[in-house]
Amino acid sequence: MLTSIKTNEFAGDKGKELGMMYFRVAIILFGAQLLMGLIAAIQFLVPGFLFELFDFNVARMVHINALVVWMLYAMIGSVYFMLSDETGEQLVHAGLGKLAFWVLTAAVTVVVLVYIFIQVGAGTEASIWLINEGREYVEAPRWADIGIVVVVLIFYWNVFATFMKGQKTGIMTVMVADLLALAGLYVAGMFFTDNISMDQFWWWWVIHLWVEATWEVFVGVLAAYSLIKIIGAKREIVEMWLWIEVLMLFGSGILGMGHHYFWIGTPEYWWEIGALFSALEPVPLVAMFVHVLYDWGKEQGIAKAEGHKGAVANNGPAIAWIVTNAFGNFLGAGVWGFFHTLPQVNIYTHGTQFTAAHGHLAFFGAYATILIGMMYLGVQYAYGIERLKATFKSKMGIFLIVFGVLGMTVALTIAGYEQVLVERAELGAGWTAFFAAQELPWFVQAMVWRAIMGVVTFVGFIYLVWDLLTIGKEQKAAQAA
Amino acid sequence: MANKNVSVWTSIPFWRRSAAWVTGFATILLIWLSFDTLGQISMGTDADLKNGVDKRVPAATVINYKIDYKMSKKRGHEVPVIGEKQPFFGKEWSQKDAAALLHLGKLTSQAKNCMNCHTLLGNGAYFAPDLTKAWLDPAWQKGGPLQGMTGKSTVEEAMAEFLQHPSQYPTHARMMPNLGITADEAKGLVAFLKHMSSIDTNGFPRNFSKTVDQFKAGGTNAH
Repeated sequence: MLTSIKTNEFAGDKGKELGMMYFRVAIILFGAQLLMGLIAAIQFLVPGFLFELFDFNVARMVHINALVVWMLYAMIGSVYFMLSDETGEQLVHAGLGKLAFWVLTAAVTVVVLVYIFIQVGAGTEASIWLINEGREYVEAPRWADIGIVVVVLIFYWNVFATFMKGQKTGIMTVMVADLLALAGLYVAGMFFTDNISMDQFWWWWVIHLWVEATWEVFVGVLAAYSLIKIIGAKREIVEMWLWIEVLMLFGSGILGMGHHYFWIGTPEYWWEIGALFSALEPVPLVAMFVHVLYDWGKEQGIAKAEGHKGAVANNGPAIAWIVTNAFGNFLGAGVWGFFHTLPQVNIYTHGTQFTAAHGHLAFFGAYATILIGMMYLGVQYAYGIERLKATFKSKMGIFLIVFGVLGMTVALTIAGYEQVLVERAELGAGWTAFFAAQELPWFVQAMVWRAIMGVVTFVGFIYLVWDLLTIGKEQKAAQAA
Repeated sequence: MANKNVSVWTSIPFWRRSAAWVTGFATILLIWLSFDTLGQISMGTDADLKNGVDKRVPAATVINYKIDYKMSKKRGHEVPVIGEKQPFFGKEWSQKDAAALLHLGKLTSQAKNCMNCHTLLGNGAYFAPDLTKAWLDPAWQKGGPLQGMTGKSTVEEAMAEFLQHPSQYPTHARMMPNLGITADEAKGLVAFLKHMSSIDTNGFPRNFSKTVDQFKAGGTNAH
C-alpha cells in the first residue's frame, strides 16, 4: 500500500509531481489537525485530561495551525498541479520549487515540535521570535514567519515565471493576482505592538482578507479548473462565471472586514459597513453553488443528448467533493456566517461556541472539500486513469466526514445558543456567568455530541486516507485487465 | 460573426473589467477607512488622561485611574469611564514605568499563549472566560469570590496571585494550568488586563455582569 504513495505517471510533468508532494504532507497535517481537535474536545468534557502536560491551549493551537498549514500545502499543491494544464508550459524552476518544499516542511516540523514540547515561554521578545507569537491562527514564531514569506515568494516567483512564459488563461490570471494578495497580506500580521486594538486591527487583515477574500477567490479558481478537467465544461462559460465570482467575492469580502471591527476598539461606523458588506458575502457563494450544479447538469445533459451513457464526470470522488464544496461553502460560510454577522446579534454571539460552529462548517465546506477533490484529481493523473470511479472507501470517507462535521456544527450551534441565552443575555458575560453556562446540561450534552461527531469525522478521515492510498493502484490494475 | 457577443451580460471582458473596478474601489475604500480608524485607535497620552480627553485606547498610565463601565444614554450602550486616581499595586506609576509594565504584560500574554484558551476583545478560544473586561468583573472586586479565595485585598493583588498559582485556586473543574508566570510577569498581565478594560469596545460585552436592577439604573456593579 505504501509504495503506491510514490507513484507518478506524469511523464515528466515537474509541476504535477511537486504538487503531489505537497498533497502528501497536507493529508498528514489534516490528520494531525483532527487528532488535536479530538484532544481539545475531550478536554471540554474531562477537564483533568492531560492537565499541565498537554493543555487545551497547546492542543487548540496545533489544531488551528495544522488546519491553516495543511490548507496552504494543499493550495500550493493545487497550483503546481494545474500549472502545466493552464499555461501549456513546464514549471520553470523545478529544482528551486523542490528545495522550497523541503525547507518549508523542515520548518513546519520544527515549529510543531516546539509547540508540542516547549509550549510557552517567558514574557520576552525571545519567546515571540523562537517559541510562539500567541496570536490565534498566526502563532508561528517570527523566524518561521520570515521563512514562510521567503518560501512563498519562491513559490510565487516560480508560478509567475511559468505564467509569463506560457499562455495566459483567465483562470491562471485570476490565480496569479490572487496569490500575490495572499502572500502580501501575511506580512500584516508580523509585528508586535502593546496596543491590543491595533494588534487585532492588523491581525484581521491576515485572517479575514485571507479567508473571506483571497481564499474564496482561490476556491473559485479551483472550481473553474476542476470543472473543465472533470466534466469537460466549456472554458468560456467557466471563466465568465469566475470573473463574476471574483467581482462579488472581492466586492463583498474586502469591506466585509467590517464585521470583525465591531468590538475591538474601532469606531462605530464599522457596524453599518460590516453589516452591509458581510450580508452580501453569501451572494457569491450562491452563485458558485448554482455555477457548479448548472455546469454539471448541463454537460451531463449534452452527453446524454449525444447518445453517451453513464456519468459525464471522469472522476467520481472528485466531482462528489466539488459538489460538496458548492453546498458546504454556501451553508457553512454563507448561512452559518450570516446567522451572526449583524452587530445587533453579534454582540451576544461573538466569542461563543456559535463562532466555533460557523468556523468548523465554513473551513470544511469552503476549503477542505475542494482541496480533497484536488487530491483525487492528483491520484487520477498520477496513475494515468481515464475514469476514476468512487469505491466503497471513497463513499464511506465522504459520507462520514460530511456527517461528522455537520454533526459537530449542529452540536456547537446548540452550545452557542445556550451560551447566548444564559451567559450573555441573562448573566452578562462575567467569569461566573461563563462557568454557569458551561455547566448547564444542554451545553454539556452538546459537547458530548461534538466529541462523538469528532470521532465519526476521524473514522471518515481514515477511510479517506485508505482510499487515497489504494484507489489508484486498484483501478489502474482494473483498467489494465 | 458566430462568436460575436450579442449581450454585454455574456461578455468576458465586461465582467473582467467590472471585477477589476469593484476590487479596486473596495480596496481603496478599505485603505481610506483604515487610516481614519488607525488614528482613532492609536494609544492616547498621559496628558489626554489628565485633561479628561476620551481616547478609544487610553495611555498605559490609565492603570493609575479607577475604571468603570457605564451605560451611555447618548450612545445607547456601555462605555468605559475613567475616574479618579487609584493606586495600582500600592503606587502611582510614571509614564515610563507604566508603559514598560504594559509592554511586559502584552508580551507575556502572547508568550503564555493566553488566547488559545481565553477570549480577548471577543477573539480567541472559548475554553476559558472572556478577559475583555475581566478587570471590572465583580468576582474580582471586594467581596467577590475570586478575590476572596486568594486572601488579598485589592483586585490587582488577587489577580496577580491567581496568575502565579492558578491551580491552587480552582474556580471550576476546568482549571487554569500553571504556566510558570513570575511575579513581575503577573503584574504586567494585570496591567494589560486593566488597560484592556479601559478600551472603548462599543458596548461589548453587553450588560457586563449586571443584575436587572443595576441595568435599569444604568450603573454597574464593577466597584
